[in-house]
Amino acid sequence: MASIEAQRMQPPTTVTHSRLQSMRLQSLAGRTIATLVIATGALIILIPFLFMISTSLKSKNQLRAVPPPLIPWETTMVEVAGKREPLYRVTIDGETREMALVKNQPGGMGVFVDPVDPEQSVTLKIAEQTPVRHIELHPENYAEAMTAVPFPRYLLNTLIVTFVGMTGVLLSCTLVAYGFSRFRAPWLNWLFIVLLSTIMLPRQVTLIPVYVLFQRLGWVDTLLPLIVPTFFANAYDVFLIRQFLMTIPLEMDDAAKIDGASPLQTLWHVLVPQAMPVIVTVAIFHFLYAWNDFYEPLIFLHSRHNWTMAVGLQTFNALYAVNTHLIMAASVVMVIPPVLLFFLAQRYFIQGVVISGVKG
Amino acid sequence: MQLLRRRRLTLAQKEDLWALFFIAPWLIGFVIFTAGPMLFSFFFSLTRYNIVDAPIFIGFENYVRAFGRDPLFWHSLRVTLYYGALSLPLGLIVGFGLSLLLNQQVPLLSLWRTIYFLPSVIAGVAVAIVWSRIFSPQVGILNPFLERTFGIKGPGWFTDPNWAIPGLVIMSLWGVGGGVIIYLAGLQGIPTSLYDAARVDGANALQRFRYVTLPMMTPVLFYMLVLGLIGAFQYFTEAYVISGGGGGPQRATLFYNLYLYQNAFKFNEMGYASALAWVLFLIVLALTLLVFRSSALWVYYEGEVRKR
Repeated sequence: MASIEAQRMQPPTTVTHSRLQSMRLQSLAGRTIATLVIATGALIILIPFLFMISTSLKSKNQLRAVPPPLIPWETTMVEVAGKREPLYRVTIDGETREMALVKNQPGGMGVFVDPVDPEQSVTLKIAEQTPVRHIELHPENYAEAMTAVPFPRYLLNTLIVTFVGMTGVLLSCTLVAYGFSRFRAPWLNWLFIVLLSTIMLPRQVTLIPVYVLFQRLGWVDTLLPLIVPTFFANAYDVFLIRQFLMTIPLEMDDAAKIDGASPLQTLWHVLVPQAMPVIVTVAIFHFLYAWNDFYEPLIFLHSRHNWTMAVGLQTFNALYAVNTHLIMAASVVMVIPPVLLFFLAQRYFIQGVVISGVKG
Repeated sequence: MQLLRRRRLTLAQKEDLWALFFIAPWLIGFVIFTAGPMLFSFFFSLTRYNIVDAPIFIGFENYVRAFGRDPLFWHSLRVTLYYGALSLPLGLIVGFGLSLLLNQQVPLLSLWRTIYFLPSVIAGVAVAIVWSRIFSPQVGILNPFLERTFGIKGPGWFTDPNWAIPGLVIMSLWGVGGGVIIYLAGLQGIPTSLYDAARVDGANALQRFRYVTLPMMTPVLFYMLVLGLIGAFQYFTEAYVISGGGGGPQRATLFYNLYLYQNAFKFNEMGYASALAWVLFLIVLALTLLVFRSSALWVYYEGEVRKR
């Protein structure tokens, strides 16, 4: 009682008030700085994307500009006496006019003429005049890049590997995850530990014998080595789905069981609909993995017509190294599907990263 | 007959059979694609094998060759460790720092999160190609930027043996966003009551970070470190793309995994490559165990729940 009285005695002075305000200001200043740093970082993250898109729309001539501008500028040219000459904005006696540079002279000087009236000419220092430029885009780079090497074929192969593989992963991993989440036996626990330990296993350790196996089967240089293993589940996705299934109450299963459903029916009609978030997440992760994977397609696919986008793009890059604009166009095509998917399904995405990241 | 046998199964046996049915895809796959190949891989590592002719048993000769006579083996290990020593701490600091900033109730959080995460969805060939052009002294934008802003004449990056690895490290920092999401989830999982308690005790912002945030986040940081270490030894695509599979100027980017690939699929040295794969396996295993063992010293787990 006494202490409460004592507190009441102390008036809520202005000191407390101003302290509160200063704290708020401090956090406001902190938040502003944090936001600035974050925005700068975000800009840096976006620059490679902008560079890639901008370069993909430039002509080979525009590539020569040093430093390369992010906007695909092109020098404006005008026709003077049957020849195309660069247009400059020149200043004569404080008056600005647009004139064409027709001749370079020693000492950095140039002869400028009026494009309308070529008789009017003036000799000025070129460096002091500004060239007239306009934005020029070359979307035909995309068509050129896609036909320079059989990218449509690579795209088809990549889609087959990605979507058949996705089917395989979803089918097998859901079955296995159900097995590990709904049945109890000591041997099952041991197998689950074995499954988890394979997450740590580098794929190089098994790669060579698996390659030999596929070679004996005559599957090397077909899409089969990239597809068939997906139907035999993988530890990572099984773990992800199992973790989710564990959160679904067993009462749901029991109810189905009482209604006479077999375990398969229970899985299909009761658990799969509820586990959709994790199933979508696994599907997205597999899409990205299969779409971007370079290592296994490089090893298993030898002839050109069997390549996936990743292998095709790398080879295109090696063969057409000087045509940076075409290579960037092909790269843009390669990154569009994952980026689109990411924007469409961001929620599942972040959720998946968080589940596998924090709980894994 | 069939029916009679069915009837004799107890309920528990029936359950076991169902369990076996469900995990069968993995179990079969494990035997065919993991356990069997591991045994064969170890056997191949003791042979000279070019895939065409039968393997010739040579004992531990491949291992002796790697450790004793192959300077490229040591070189590729050095390249890998150098890259790891630069990119892991930097990635951890930048990623964690960014997530601390993003946790400050900044406006447009989901926009920033989207942008930072974007690079991780396109990891691979396209990324390496775009960066090889950004770094390029001919068509790139990085060197002109360095020259204009700081007056520094930029190096040749991927064509310069001294700068190829730092270039790859910068490239890897572009992808820290994947980690940011994980750190952010970790940060948001720290109970506010802990911060309130610290405030009551008079802890300032720095002390709250030191005594609340950091200890609560060590499990996540630790997890990312383990993943990063394993990742460095599996680093392949970017190293392959920037050098066309050759390993770069003076083999400056001949990563361990790239060297393994060359032995297996360029030189047809399947036996030696298997030995390299087993060395890789043991290194990854040792590193993982080391980090797990040492974790008791610096990782704080909240009760038993967090322990895996």
